Amino acid sequence: MKKDYLEIRWHGRGGQGAITAAKVVAGAAFSSGFAGVVMAPTFGTERRGAPVMTSLKISKTKIYDLSPIEKPDIVVVLDHLLLKEADVTHGLKPGGIIVLNTPMAHETHHFKDFKLATADVTAISVEAGLPHGMVNTGIIGSLERAANLLGIDLLIERIEEEFRTRRPEKNALAARLAYERTATGG
Amino acid sequence: MHIIEDGNAAAALGVRLCRPQVIAAYPITPQTPVTEKLSEYVEEGSLSAQYIPVESEHSALAVCIAASSAGARVFTATSANGLLYMHEQVQWAAGARLPIVMCVVNRAVGAPWNIWNDQQDSISQRDTGWIQMYCADHQQILDTVIKAYWLAEKVSIPIMVCYDGYILSHTFMPFDLPEARAVDAFLPPFQPEYALNPREPANLNTVTLPDVRMDVHGELAHGYMEIRYLLQEDLRLALGAAAEMEKRFAGVFGREADPYLEPYRCDDADFVAVGLGSLTYQLRVSVDALRAEGIRVGVMGVRFYRPFPDEAIARALTGKTGVIVFEKALSYGYEGALASDLKSALYEYLGGTGRLPTVQNFIAGIGGREIHTQDLTDTLRAAIQARVSKEPAWIGLKL
Repeated sequence: MKKDYLEIRWHGRGGQGAITAAKVVAGAAFSSGFAGVVMAPTFGTERRGAPVMTSLKISKTKIYDLSPIEKPDIVVVLDHLLLKEADVTHGLKPGGIIVLNTPMAHETHHFKDFKLATADVTAISVEAGLPHGMVNTGIIGSLERAANLLGIDLLIERIEEEFRTRRPEKNALAARLAYERTATGG
Repeated sequence: MHIIEDGNAAAALGVRLCRPQVIAAYPITPQTPVTEKLSEYVEEGSLSAQYIPVESEHSALAVCIAASSAGARVFTATSANGLLYMHEQVQWAAGARLPIVMCVVNRAVGAPWNIWNDQQDSISQRDTGWIQMYCADHQQILDTVIKAYWLAEKVSIPIMVCYDGYILSHTFMPFDLPEARAVDAFLPPFQPEYALNPREPANLNTVTLPDVRMDVHGELAHGYMEIRYLLQEDLRLALGAAAEMEKRFAGVFGREADPYLEPYRCDDADFVAVGLGSLTYQLRVSVDALRAEGIRVGVMGVRFYRPFPDEAIARALTGKTGVIVFEKALSYGYEGALASDLKSALYEYLGGTGRLPTVQNFIAGIGGREIHTQDLTDTLRAAIQARVSKEPAWIGLKL
């Protein structure tokens, strides 16, 4: 990762595992020497299926500001249908990155002023042997392809650790396949 | 070993390291994960304690009072209306001089119903005779729990370890999880001076007369007023014990801290922002921004709120032009309780010297209203430039 400070906002649905995904990236960042990692879910409104957000801040130094992210560098969207329900690009910095799980072709999505990375993480995860709808490890592969944060090997190592009792190989494979098949540019 | 967990996990892990023998708690958001984790530790056998489920917070603290009276190390945790519901027992625990440690995961109180963070719950218990310590991050939560057991048992006074709901309780960040043997070296097993013993029946804290009297042994026994005076005296002496606590803690864990205050860029500051909890860390970002503009400002967290470290605060603020107190609670009908306490300390030590700093009071984040760092920066800058016209002033109010 080139920057000393980065803000990533995750958009998912309650129960989709966005918090766990952000936690995996947080752990990888900390073990790479980022002394400050803070991950904060939105509070009090979590319901299964409802749109939820999680903030992840990554810094070379300790983070003292725990307030929610206002101007993210990256937004990660675990379900393309959220585009209709939530303003996912709200506050996203010009030139910022959108990582999107979508079954639609890359060219069908248009975001002015932002860089887009897409993959059908839902299908890829099923191919990796995960139950339908489990996308929170695959999306980490897409995020790494899009933003070149911490190295896919380290992230997969952390995924295997986080999911050591829950299909570690399949989760790792989902991240690897998504990393390889994420489309960027345009 | 560093781990990344949320603030409630930091509290639960700290509690487990202190080896409590009895835990009784009633779940309430945002405290619930603390009770869930502790019950899991007991279930899986990683914590050897009696976990006693109760039907209310009042009963939770009643169980802790009974177990502590019998000589057990005990723990409970609560938030908001749960704390208010145990208020009678809160008073009792202090009067009975029991070294109970309780986490208060700070949350707004009803009505109207609200589950988000402010500090009205613990501030409303300020005058109960408990020690109150406030935490600004997860390391402080874990460390303060460990320190609290040492101090509570040293002075026989219960302690509330307060940390902001959600902002700390549900936010993940890295912190160092100490080795059990280090905690054991710092915190010996609880050895009460007196413990209930069924073979030697006794009455504890029964009706105590207004005046002193001869007891059954023919010795002069304290009246109610003597007992209450000694609570006050021992609370004031706890300030000295807290200094010893920090020194011992630093000796074992290598993390040194001032026992009462946590100043940041205050040495050459003309103005100092003061507050409790995570807000004071957020204010550091504002202080850095204003320093970059050439404004000499610092921020000071008050970690130890009761007993109030009046002398340390007055000393830290001597020579300052102004003090700006930010609070997530207030004494309704007047102003923030911390602002009042701080003014009182300044008057006591600097009154008549002609060097009293101005004190301004801001209320923020009530009921979880989001506190934008930019708003804090702008508020601080404006308060330094000119005194606000109406106090306490509420930040981010939309009327």
